[in-house]
Amino acid sequence: MSAAGWMRCFIGIVWREGLRFIQQRSRFVSALVRPLIWLFVFAAGFRSVLGVSIIPPYETYILYDEYIIPGLIAMIQLFNGMQSSLSMVYDREVGSMRVLLTSPVPRWFLLISKLIAGTLLSLPQIYVFLAIAYFYGIELPPLGYITVIPALILSGLMLGALGLLLSSMIRQLENFAGVMNFIIFPMFFASSALYPLWKVEEASPLLHDICAFNPFTYAVELIRFLLYVKFDATALQNAGVVAGFLVVFLGGAIAAYDPAKGLIARVRTGGAGA
Amino acid sequence: MSHKIGGKTILDQVNIAVPAGQFVVLLGQNGAGKTTLFSLVTRLYTAQVGAIRIFGHDLRRESSVALSQLGVVFQQRALDPDLSANQNLWYHAALHGMAWGTARRRIAEELARVGLADHAKRKVRGFSGGEARRVEIARALLHNPHLLLCDEATVGLDIRSRADIMADVRGLVRERSLTVLWATHLIDEVQPDDLTIILHRGKVLNQGPAREIIAAVGASSLNDAFRRITEGKAA
Repeated sequence: MSAAGWMRCFIGIVWREGLRFIQQRSRFVSALVRPLIWLFVFAAGFRSVLGVSIIPPYETYILYDEYIIPGLIAMIQLFNGMQSSLSMVYDREVGSMRVLLTSPVPRWFLLISKLIAGTLLSLPQIYVFLAIAYFYGIELPPLGYITVIPALILSGLMLGALGLLLSSMIRQLENFAGVMNFIIFPMFFASSALYPLWKVEEASPLLHDICAFNPFTYAVELIRFLLYVKFDATALQNAGVVAGFLVVFLGGAIAAYDPAKGLIARVRTGGAGA
Repeated sequence: MSHKIGGKTILDQVNIAVPAGQFVVLLGQNGAGKTTLFSLVTRLYTAQVGAIRIFGHDLRRESSVALSQLGVVFQQRALDPDLSANQNLWYHAALHGMAWGTARRRIAEELARVGLADHAKRKVRGFSGGEARRVEIARALLHNPHLLLCDEATVGLDIRSRADIMADVRGLVRERSLTVLWATHLIDEVQPDDLTIILHRGKVLNQGPAREIIAAVGASSLNDAFRRITEGKAA
C-alpha cells in the first residue's frame, strides 16, 4: 500500500473514533463532570485544610484548587485512555475489531493510529475543562495554555498506550470494573495529582516510593511544569520518563496484538464455531 | 497447517487448496474448526505449524499483499451498530487505503447491488439480520478482492434471506470469476458440482466435487455421505 493509502487509513481511524465520540455525548459529559466534581467539591472542601508551600514550578503560594488542576487534566487523559481500552474490548465483543485487524495495513500502524486518535480526542475535553476552571477563577499563565500542548500529547499517548495494552488482556467488558479498581484508582491516588510528593513522604515513605514509581506522577508533573511554562531539567526528566513508559506500554501493546505470539492470539475471537 | 488453542488441537495437518474462480464449500459441524481456519487465513492469529498462501503470497511474510486480496464475511456480525451502513463501508475503505473518489463510487455501487442504496444512512443497529449480512457482503467486496471468505454467512437468517445471499454470492462467482470459500454446516447449501471440503474435528476427511464424494462412499445424498464419512472419526 502506498503512503497515501496509509494516510487514508490513519484518517479513517481518527474519523471513526471522532464520530463515535460525538455520538456518545454522555462520554464527553462524564469526562468533564468527573474532574469538575473534584474541583468544585473536593478541592473547595480541602482548600483550607491542605496548604501547599512554594514548590517548583510555582513561584508563590497557590491555592489547593489551583494545585490539583494538572492532576485533574491527567485524570481526564487517564479515563480517556481507559475509555479507548474499553472501546477496543467492546469492538472485540461486537466483532468490529476483526475488520480493523484484517486490514492490509500493519497492526503496529493501526494501533498507533488508534492511539493518536484517542489522544487527539482528549484535547478538546481538556480545554473545555480549563475554560470552566478559568471562569471558576483559576487563572493560569496565558502562555501555559499553549506550552502545555506537547505535555498533553505525550502524556495522552502514554496513558492511551497503557489502555491499549490493557485491552489486550481484558476478555470481556464485565472485567473492566477490575481496571477501575486495580489500575485507574491506584494510579490516580498514588501520584502527585492530589498532594505534592514531599507531603506524601511525610505521611508514608513507602507510599512516596510507590508514587515515585507511578508513571502517572510523571505525566502530572510534566503537565504541571509546562502549564506554568517551565522548561527546565525537571520538566525534561519528567518528559523522558513519560516517553520511556510510552515506549514500554506501546511495545507491549504491539507485541500483545501480534497475531503470531501476542496475548490477543489466545483470546478466542470466533463465534459459535471453533 | 496445524493449530492448537489452550493445548487442544483445533486444526490437525489441514492441507487444502481453493482453485481460483470457484465456489468452494468448507463443510463441517459446529466445532469442526472452520472459524479457526478462517481466523488463520485472515491473520487474526498465525498458524503454529504450516503456511498459508493467498494467490501465491505467503500470509506471514507478505501479509499486506495477501490480506488486500481478501474479502471476509465473519460468522459473528462485525459491523459497528452505531454507524450507518455508509459509514461502516467508508471505514472499511479507509482501512484498505482506498482513494476517496474510488471509495465513494464503490460504496454506491455495492450498496445498490445488494439493494440497500436507500438505507445507506440508516444506523446498522436497526437492520434485520439479512440486511446486515448484505451490508457485510457489500463491505467485503468493496476493495475488489479476489477471494471472498464467508463463515456461516447465512446462519440465523430466514429462508428468503438465505436464498438471496446464496444466489448473490454464486452470481459473483459466475459473473466476476470471484473465488469463494464458503464455510457452512448446512448441507442443503451445497450443490452437486461444488468443490467440497469436509472438515471434521480439525481434520480434512474428504475433498472433491460433492457428487464425487457421494459416489465414492456409495451414499444416496451428501447428507448420507457426510454422516458415513464423519461417523466414528475421533480427533
